Amino acid sequence: MNSFELTVFIGLGALVAGFLGALTGLGGGIVITPLLTLVFGIDIRYAIGAALVSVIATSSGAAAAYVKEGYTNIRIGMFLEIATTVGAVVGASFASRLPASTISIIFGIVLLFSAFASSRPAPPAPRDLGPDRLAGLLKLDSSYPTAQGLQNYHVRGVPAGFSLMFVAGTISGLLGIGAGAMKVIAMDQAMRIPFKVSTTTSNFMIGVTAAASAGVYLQRGYIDPGLAMPVMLGVLLGSLIGAKVLPRARTSLLRVLFGLVVILLAIEMIYHGMTGRI
Amino acid sequence: MQSSPAAWTDQRVESIIANLLRAGVVLAAAVVTLGGIVFLVRHGRSVPPYAVFRGEPFELHTVSGIVQGVLGFRGRSIIQLGLLILIATPVARVAFSAIAFALERDRLYVGITLVVLTVLLFSLAGGHM
Repeated sequence: MNSFELTVFIGLGALVAGFLGALTGLGGGIVITPLLTLVFGIDIRYAIGAALVSVIATSSGAAAAYVKEGYTNIRIGMFLEIATTVGAVVGASFASRLPASTISIIFGIVLLFSAFASSRPAPPAPRDLGPDRLAGLLKLDSSYPTAQGLQNYHVRGVPAGFSLMFVAGTISGLLGIGAGAMKVIAMDQAMRIPFKVSTTTSNFMIGVTAAASAGVYLQRGYIDPGLAMPVMLGVLLGSLIGAKVLPRARTSLLRVLFGLVVILLAIEMIYHGMTGRI
Repeated sequence: MQSSPAAWTDQRVESIIANLLRAGVVLAAAVVTLGGIVFLVRHGRSVPPYAVFRGEPFELHTVSGIVQGVLGFRGRSIIQLGLLILIATPVARVAFSAIAFALERDRLYVGITLVVLTVLLFSLAGGHM
């Protein structure tokens, strides 16, 4: 395949990935690396570099829309970004030291985890346990719009959430993904932040986290313009179309199908890593 | 009308952040598209060696190298410039937040934001650990 054909095929694949990622809430970046390595036979380091770029694009695009709706808590996001950005730099440094086969296996495991984590339904609003000293000092408590008007919430478990965010950042930096599922768990499970606030704030943080590892990837020569171009443009366009279609789409069946595809890709990544074919 | 610190409400900051993010992505996509066209017109028929990792050459992974290539109107360098703009967008968002927190007189969050900004700049400067 020459460069032109490869650009067209990868661009179309990225478009579909971005579209399905936006419709199912899994994000398009997560299937890009398996697509590039398993289908196109591209080295996993180039694949991860290209996927990371698309993660920044979709996160920034989507965050722009969410921030205006008033769910995103910018203080929670900024405070936790200390953990995710440091984690991302650490993860990106690991990426150049681990063999490609190990990264492939870890990728598969995280992919499986993300598929299961995203398949859980939105949990009901957590019972408010009242103010927490550390969260109060950090001014993390806020309110968000609900059908019954503005609802106040109190943030708990700051050390646990902060630690989980460091892990999420490391995974994001190591694998070139947004690690959104893990960020949401850190916020809505450990810190008892309402689900809608967790998901939008997570999205808000993904771009900054990914930018922290992108610097390292760029310097190490992992980001190839010929590959990143169709991936970024394809995922971005696909996710924009997906976001437009989403309010009218019935996504339950699609979520199951896309979840199955993700699980299959995850098993393939683990298998290829174990047999050293990557 | 005199602008008071109170005018810097969270809503106003959020709206500026949203526009900043959108503008960054649109600009980055436009530059990447332009670079992609130049690249494909010139090198569309060459066969890329992506199966084996060799790392990008110097002129594609440093800012000065990328700028030199852009001045020479090289497609791959223009794409890389677009990607740099994309990576810079969240960084600009963090820098803007630092200013916004300063205008809100929130010293704690000016400090927190500057820590995040430092990590980002450290990474963009090479991030060798």
